[in-house]
Amino acid sequence: MPITREQVEYVAHLSRLKLSEEEKDRFARQLDAILQAVEKLNELDTDGVEPLVHVAPRRNVFREDAAGESLPREEALRNAPEQSEGCFKVPRIIE
Amino acid sequence: MRYEAVIGLETHAELLTESKLWCRCGTRFGEPPNTQTCPVCLGMPGVLPVLNKRAFELALKAALALHCVINRETFFDRKNYYYPDLPKNYQVSQNYCNLGRDGYLEMSADGGIRRVGIWNVHLEEDAGKNIHVESPGADYSLVDLNRAGVPLLEVVSAPDMHSVEEAEAFMHTLRRLLLYCEVSDCKMQEGSLRFEASVSLRRPGEEKLGSRVEIKNLNSIKAVTRCLAYEIERQSRLLREGGAVEMETRLWDEAGGRSERMRSKERAQDYRYFPEPDLVPFVVDEGWLERVQAEVPELSLGRRRRFVRDHGLSEYDARVLTEERAVADYFEACLAAHNEPKSVANWIMNEVLAILNERKVSIAEFEVPPQRFAELIEAADKGKVTAAAAREILGKMIETGKNAATLIEETGAETIGQEEDLAPIVEQVLAEARKAVQDYLGGKKKAIGALLGQVMRLTGGKADPKLAREILLNRLEEMARQP
Ligand SMILES: [Zn+2]
Repeated sequence: MPITREQVEYVAHLSRLKLSEEEKDRFARQLDAILQAVEKLNELDTDGVEPLVHVAPRRNVFREDAAGESLPREEALRNAPEQSEGCFKVPRIIE
Repeated sequence: MRYEAVIGLETHAELLTESKLWCRCGTRFGEPPNTQTCPVCLGMPGVLPVLNKRAFELALKAALALHCVINRETFFDRKNYYYPDLPKNYQVSQNYCNLGRDGYLEMSADGGIRRVGIWNVHLEEDAGKNIHVESPGADYSLVDLNRAGVPLLEVVSAPDMHSVEEAEAFMHTLRRLLLYCEVSDCKMQEGSLRFEASVSLRRPGEEKLGSRVEIKNLNSIKAVTRCLAYEIERQSRLLREGGAVEMETRLWDEAGGRSERMRSKERAQDYRYFPEPDLVPFVVDEGWLERVQAEVPELSLGRRRRFVRDHGLSEYDARVLTEERAVADYFEACLAAHNEPKSVANWIMNEVLAILNERKVSIAEFEVPPQRFAELIEAADKGKVTAAAAREILGKMIETGKNAATLIEETGAETIGQEEDLAPIVEQVLAEARKAVQDYLGGKKKAIGALLGQVMRLTGGKADPKLAREILLNRLEEMARQP
């Protein structure tokens, strides 16, 4: 089933992306191609194969619970387009 | 027409760790905004999370205390959504394989024991804090990311509760469990314990549930109880008036005492979960499981039953003493030194808890160690000092840090328990309190109380009350016989 423009718009909305009309068409085509490739994989018989969660064979990578240095606040805020009162300043949040 | 409520609760509790879940930033509450952040919890490109072992163990402990089946190999997932308090644009949580599942919480309700199912227990990261700017015309909000990445335990209950009271009992019992297990400090004023509720109504006896309404932004047990009462009433009214309840998410407004439908679709329930590729899976082997299981303490309800069964306490006393684990520990430490459960229970409830209450501190800050407190209670139980004198001495023990024996010696607080010592004092009272004596002889037997009070006053509370009463009664009888 080909990917529709509506699906592209929905996914774009979830990711807060604003797409041009041309992009919507292009991404619909590209997503379609990707899903077709995945469809191909679905032809394999995977009965009795455990789902793989992670490709690395390691398990239990932990660190001990010890607090260390944090960034100075000026550093933490340096990439923020806007800041105020030591905080990131963002468009008004409506719940 | 009355409807039956069907209530489920999601509980979020911040775990008691020094550092965040994936990085070494601290977790202290109340620090200046954005001073506990680093590239990992700010969601900078290219960083990798490394799991805090203690956070994992605390979640495991909570899951075991809630009688969950433990998924021995577990992993994390990304929950994708966009919100200003979430720098990575996904929250690392668990969806496909929670650490614990299919457990239960036992609580006492309606004079019996009720079990509420626990669907799952898992570990996730907290988000930052959005600060809504109140000043008029302000078209912006502020974000503090100190809390972003703080370890959070989520406990999802089955929709097993049917009244506000049951939900309240569940929350209090769960809170006690988390405190007993030392998994979270559960400080609601600091946001360490938060809830989300789901409520639907159905006609009694019907299987089919009505539309489910979810309510967010519940930051205290009190907020949940208020919101549930409000929501049950709101839905009942809708149904009574022939309307229908819509499936929706609502936000509780604690100040206004009402809930409102969430206006934005920002949190449309399409989280597109997928396994977190930055973290390898985690395996709990037999040895680790046993070790953590051994750390799960006897919980309040079990302890309460044991206090009734083994120590012969009343239900009420047992409940008061097991409300907090540290108090129950203190009680048992006293018993180890002086095995008189009822007496020790009375002393703790009437004196220690009253003092703590007045000072608004916890028993950890009480100056008198249990061993020493037990010595004082023993002195009182054996009649070495009267209860009144013992209370005085307790005050001095707190002030001076000295033990009971020393203070009894120093202050001469020992009970006046010899007849030859008490008799002259009784005589003095009989001579002075003529009115009370006449009342008594005239048939007002209650006047004995006033006379006894005088004896106690004259002896500074040190007279053996039983003996004083005996001497008084003997003398009054003699007086009654003499015309
Ligand atoms: Zn950090």
